[in-house]
Amino acid sequence: MMRFAKLTSVIVVLAAFASSAPAEQKSKVDPARVDTAVKSAFPGAPADWQARLTPDETMQQCSAANNTPATKVFEAIQAREKAAIKYPADGKFVGDWKKGEALAQSGYGLRFTDTAPDRVNGGNCYACHQITRQELSFGTIGPSLLQYGKNRNFSEADAKRAYEKIYNPHATFPCSLMPRFGTNSVLTIAQIVDIVALLMSPESPANK
Amino acid sequence: MNWGRWLIGGLAAVAAVSSLAVAQDDETEKAIERYRQMLRQDPWSNPALLDADRGEDLWKAPRGPKNVSLERCDLGKGPGVVDGAFGELPRYFADAKKVMDVETRLLWCMETLQGFSRAELIKRPHPAGGQPIRELGAIATYIASKSNGMKFAAKLDHPSEREMVALGEAIFMRRSGPFDFSCATCHAESGRRIRLQGLPFLSDPEAARKVVGEWPAYRVSSTHVMTMQHRLYDCYWQMRMPELELGSDASVALAAYLVSKAVGGDIAAPGLKR
Ligand code: HEC
Ligand code: HEC
Repeated sequence: MMRFAKLTSVIVVLAAFASSAPAEQKSKVDPARVDTAVKSAFPGAPADWQARLTPDETMQQCSAANNTPATKVFEAIQAREKAAIKYPADGKFVGDWKKGEALAQSGYGLRFTDTAPDRVNGGNCYACHQITRQELSFGTIGPSLLQYGKNRNFSEADAKRAYEKIYNPHATFPCSLMPRFGTNSVLTIAQIVDIVALLMSPESPANK
Repeated sequence: MNWGRWLIGGLAAVAAVSSLAVAQDDETEKAIERYRQMLRQDPWSNPALLDADRGEDLWKAPRGPKNVSLERCDLGKGPGVVDGAFGELPRYFADAKKVMDVETRLLWCMETLQGFSRAELIKRPHPAGGQPIRELGAIATYIASKSNGMKFAAKLDHPSEREMVALGEAIFMRRSGPFDFSCATCHAESGRRIRLQGLPFLSDPEAARKVVGEWPAYRVSSTHVMTMQHRLYDCYWQMRMPELELGSDASVALAAYLVSKAVGGDIAAPGLKR
């Protein structure tokens, strides 16, 4: 029994070694060197943009794992990001799909040319997703969201899931390529609720 | 010469299509493909060649506070040697003790030989839509055009060069900013699109060999020539990152990483892009 346990631990160590070897070969570069290079590449960044130069723990873990984290890291990210979700005070997840559609179309916001004081950030969902049949200019980094609500019988539980996905996609899919719109303060809770309506309301063109 | 006719006709055709809504991008792609075919029949019809010509004049003209030409600038194959120089960049330069790509090397020569102020040169280095490319970019376009038809042959085997490629790869994978993007978000798979714009899988040598050698390129949608560093600046803009500094280590590292994937591919510069 003892021997067997030892043998397994050797195998585990070996396996860990084997799986980390290619990664080590690849990243010969000192992380501090990467940080310095990135910081000095954007010398004009204003004080309130400095935080953009440094990845948080989740981003660091995802970059280091090439977006496919090992189980332990996967679970740690999931727990951390789930805890970072804030919910609408009134508990309503389905807002106004028309406002949601406008937000899904808009790529405005947070670029260094986006200086209009009275314009709100968009979600730019069409950059990565198909949503309605009318909009033909859609990207394919994310899955098609056509008929999203209809396929889910417009259930309240799925509206909540969609809200959570938009607020923080890592809570369900660690190292997702989709931005954390809520946690990163790109969109407000009210905006996310309107976008959920675009996906989940029976009147929405996404479900026609 | 039928040069002018191609130029005007081709541009008008492409501009007419590209001025329509984004939903028409498919049509734009087709128009550009037709235009590319025209280019192959008559390579002189790429408007970027006007900038390459301007770049050649700028390279040869005495300029700057020291009033000398760039003809003593060493692009890696000896002072003044332009033919094939672009195809071996980025490379390590002992005089500067740095790895440099074509734009960074020109920056260095304009500063050290001609006496231009580096701060001035990097202040607003890229043209806004509709404006012509600036001097440094025009010269880079000329230099690249003098490797057209050759293969990327950057050695990237000096320890500093290898370090730069590794740095570039790390930066390519590095997520940051409010959208959590890295270059790999958009360029680490083939067949994906943002809206209707195709995204090349840049870490894949097959894809990299096809596109990296087309820069600098005439960009139809902004009606000017765009250099590689300008392309990276624009991708960082989309990533909600600040303005990438021309000649920064990170920009050279990314260029070195891209070229390391494109080695062996054809140089078809200046190219033509959406
Ligand atoms: C940069 C690309 C990108 C953007 C922008 C983006 N997404 Fe996503 N999205 C993805 C990817 C990739 C996935 C699949 C991985 C996952 O589930 O996290 C996804 C998954 C989803 C899912 C889950 C799909 C399912 O099968 O259940 C929903 C819902 C969704 N996105 C909605 C949105 C909305 C709404 C927006 C805009 C506010 C948006 N996305 C913006 C890339 C993106
Ligand atoms: C949010 C998506 C996105 C991100 C992130 C992104 N890019 Fe791009 N990139 C694009 C798009 C879209 C194009 C094509 C633009 C066009 O068609 O006008 C492009 C084009 C390019 C090209 C030219 C490809 C060709 O066809 O010739 C290069 C090179 C490039 N990107 C490098 C990078 C690098 C390096 C990074 C990271 C610093 C990066 N990109 C980050 C979206 C992105």
